[in-house]
Amino acid sequence: MEATLRRTPLFDRHVALGARMVPFAGYEMPVQYTGVIEEHKAVRADAGAFDVSHMGEIHVDGPSAQAFLQAMLSNDIDRLEDGQAQYTLLTTPTGGIIDDLIAYRLGRGEFYLVVNASNRDAVFTWLRDREPHGCEVRDASDEYGLVAVQGPRSLERLGLPEAPAFTHWMGELDGIEVMIARTGYTGELGVELCFAEDDAVTLWDAVIARGVTPCGLGARDTLRLEVCYPLHGNDISTETDAMSAGLGWACALDTEFTGVDALRRIKEEGPARRLVPFVMEERAVPRQGMPIEGGGEVTSGTHSPMLDLGIGLGYVPATSAAPDSELVIDVRGKPRRARVVKKPIYRKES
Amino acid sequence: MPAAESYPDDLRYHPEHDWARVDGEEATLGITWFAQDSLGELVHYEAPEVGATVTKDESYGEVESVKAVSDIIAPLSGEVLEVNAKVADEPETVNDDPYGEGWLIRIRMSDAGELDALMDADAYRSHVAEQ
Repeated sequence: MEATLRRTPLFDRHVALGARMVPFAGYEMPVQYTGVIEEHKAVRADAGAFDVSHMGEIHVDGPSAQAFLQAMLSNDIDRLEDGQAQYTLLTTPTGGIIDDLIAYRLGRGEFYLVVNASNRDAVFTWLRDREPHGCEVRDASDEYGLVAVQGPRSLERLGLPEAPAFTHWMGELDGIEVMIARTGYTGELGVELCFAEDDAVTLWDAVIARGVTPCGLGARDTLRLEVCYPLHGNDISTETDAMSAGLGWACALDTEFTGVDALRRIKEEGPARRLVPFVMEERAVPRQGMPIEGGGEVTSGTHSPMLDLGIGLGYVPATSAAPDSELVIDVRGKPRRARVVKKPIYRKES
Repeated sequence: MPAAESYPDDLRYHPEHDWARVDGEEATLGITWFAQDSLGELVHYEAPEVGATVTKDESYGEVESVKAVSDIIAPLSGEVLEVNAKVADEPETVNDDPYGEGWLIRIRMSDAGELDALMDADAYRSHVAEQ
């Protein structure tokens, strides 16, 4: 099995930095360098760098590309101008979620999608099989490296100008040509840098030399969970829909896309269960798959480094979904109390 | 600061990466440097109750890091006399000082003969090297 694991162009760098490597979505990826909590706090206080080169990049180009994506994706891609991006969902006819992704408009009829590593093939195949005339779908994942630099001092560390969230532009970092996007998945100020695979090592070294802390998948997971960003495969899947998952804001129900009728109906009737953020009221760490009393289930759970508490996301009956609802989680046979909270679970004091 | 790797000579070791420090009829138990390093920074210690019985080779509690949970295996049988409250409050104490401040429970041994089955530090170091 191990022989089949793929490596990003930064594999040797991770090993040299002392990372603990683990299998993730078919890749050998760094889960941590010095420690999840330390890396997590570096991102909240300063800046951290994540190798996310395992993620998929798909180009969708051509005169009919925009209309095609409007019909495939849940958000309103017509609202994007050149240099803008949006969070959106690829949906099934029943409103299930094939993947959540960021769509970037590079130019007229030129779009670029960054998708989860584990769904790269599913997204590419889904789109290619439906590709209309005048539109080409191309999986470019192996051509690019991708590094996320996140944290309140990320732009300053990289010498980049302030820019609105969900914008992107072509630029240069220490002599390397990069696409710079004001996106990320940590709830912090930050950018994602996309560059030619051959430049990966030079780019990474330049970022680290600027005092950015290398961070692994462990911190990436605790950071996104503190701000309630869903993880596909845990919190959302083809078996769950955007309305139940609290992702209605990423669905333009006034546009026509695959599954929109199902989603309109679920919205009108109200979801039977909802994905809610919660914090533990007793010392315990919730984990994916733990039952929630009354017919629910934890879909993501961890220990919040900022709150020093167990936190998680889980589906509960809609009647138990309001903030302050009391939950009881079965932690390996022991009932442990938790409380539904508002999003995000962690909010920076300002 | 995480502790440096060490396996003190005055302890006895269980292959599941637990240690015992014997003092007369009593023993202090904890997890080894190797165990805490494999888990990463600990964030939770699910301790047994004082007065509970622990049984050699069986779980008497759990330690958790951000990413993983692990049973704590008793290297010896006995009755729990004391639980380390500092570790319950600050589980990372185990990472900082696994053989000192990071001890987990103190027991009254019920069968001192069980000591013969445990490894000395040299044998445990060889065991760790094979992991």
